[in-house]
Amino acid sequence: MISDNKTCIVIGASHAGVNFAFALRKEGWKGAIILLDKDKATPYHRPPLSKKYLELEDSIQNNLLKSLESYEKDNISLSLGKEVIRIDKENKMIHLSDGSSHTYDVLVFATGARAFIPPIQGIQKAKNIFTLRNANDVANIRKAFHSSTDKNIVVIGGGYIGLEIAASLKKLGANVTVLEREKRILARVTTPLLSNFFTNIHESNGVNIYVNKRVTQIKSEGNQNTLVCSDGSAHIADIIIVGVGIKVNLELAAEIGLHINNGIKVDTSTKTSEDAIYAIGDCTNHYNKIYDTNVRLESVQNAVDQAKVAAANICGKEIEYDALPWFWSDQYDVKLQIVGLPQGFDNSVVRNEGDKKFSIWYFKGDKLLAVDAINNGKSYVLGTKFIKANAIIDKKKLADPTTNLKEIIKINTQSR
Amino acid sequence: MAKITFIVNNDEKILVEGDSGNVMQLAVNNNIAGIDGDCGGVCSCATCHVFVAEKDFEKVGKAGEIELEMLELEDYASDFSRLCCQIEVSDAIDGVELTVAKEV
Repeated sequence: MISDNKTCIVIGASHAGVNFAFALRKEGWKGAIILLDKDKATPYHRPPLSKKYLELEDSIQNNLLKSLESYEKDNISLSLGKEVIRIDKENKMIHLSDGSSHTYDVLVFATGARAFIPPIQGIQKAKNIFTLRNANDVANIRKAFHSSTDKNIVVIGGGYIGLEIAASLKKLGANVTVLEREKRILARVTTPLLSNFFTNIHESNGVNIYVNKRVTQIKSEGNQNTLVCSDGSAHIADIIIVGVGIKVNLELAAEIGLHINNGIKVDTSTKTSEDAIYAIGDCTNHYNKIYDTNVRLESVQNAVDQAKVAAANICGKEIEYDALPWFWSDQYDVKLQIVGLPQGFDNSVVRNEGDKKFSIWYFKGDKLLAVDAINNGKSYVLGTKFIKANAIIDKKKLADPTTNLKEIIKINTQSR
Repeated sequence: MAKITFIVNNDEKILVEGDSGNVMQLAVNNNIAGIDGDCGGVCSCATCHVFVAEKDFEKVGKAGEIELEMLELEDYASDFSRLCCQIEVSDAIDGVELTVAKEV
């Protein structure tokens, strides 16, 4: 498949697309590589946007995924500020918003996701309302923040992004309120223990966390918004941040009939239901070998690892995606690192190692599924090794912080 | 302004200059092979592992607590290992030599 005159086109130049393009070249692809994105900025790291990038007023130049020269060096055509408007599968052709079109031999979807806008009455007319998904969003939030006198900010949604934004804006001196629809923050992604921990961290830093708050209406007058909740409570904001999750960018894939089920369905080589079309990153629904389940993940790890698997397979090297997922979140002085997927756990062990330093270990029976490590690199690192090794752990020793973590393995079964 | 030498694949020396930010981003901006920095420089991924030259280790300083723990994910970590996203670029590290751990 490696031939001089073939063209690989990648839709989406973020973590997945960029890492894929470089990996493809490294695997020996000799033909053209065209990397497209509608974002005009040189591709950058997204996770810092809600964290230190927002807080420190950093520049995108300090957050590039790869230098501009490295695209030239690897002969990757970076085509920014253009949107794919149509794919002609029969003729292997894509049509762009600037009127141009390109033919491809291999097409890769790295289309990611966009912020979901909930159907709240008045949301379209609200003043200074933002989502946070790209560098331009941060620029707009900063601008609104600096021109605001009251700096009353309401964040709709207590997920990781919403909480990270709340922490960053609080550090900048804003009055921040988080309105969460569920009965606890992070309800969709973690356990009550961790939800409580983060609630306390935010409250002790002066952020108001309100749960069971379903925003039903936004009334706007002048530069002031009033958010009305289903319980009748009202919250005033001159800036609103919407962080209620994402919508996967699936429209193009659906138009050409790719199999879709909560993401673009891909096999373990990251190939879609079409032979010449692959998909990687947040937009994919894929099989995870370690957990024997189909998942769609929103993470840098999955984007980077699938990028490598796609590149290898396209260049004729048959490798399977078999990565162990990992994630992180930084809020105030708390570093949360997660390894594994806790879904389906039936028991857990907490290892308390001091003030704001602990870990939660999730098991199904004796099988370790995942570890949440709070300011605790060791639990994260050893948790990673234990899951990979399929180790059986002595839970009593695990719960005792005076025991060395390296001495908690009961049985080290075969490596997965 | 700090001049920093990266040794890539154990033989090629590349001299770069910087005055701010962290060493991982400086390496990425200068196309240093083997430094990925997947997490963007927050000590979460261990893809920017370097060995500091012994003579320079005092200048660069020791790894922090979480950094040291993250280095345990690396099979070949040594006493001179650092995750270079945790090293600030400043005059203080002018002239140091860093060997990129991952060969490519």
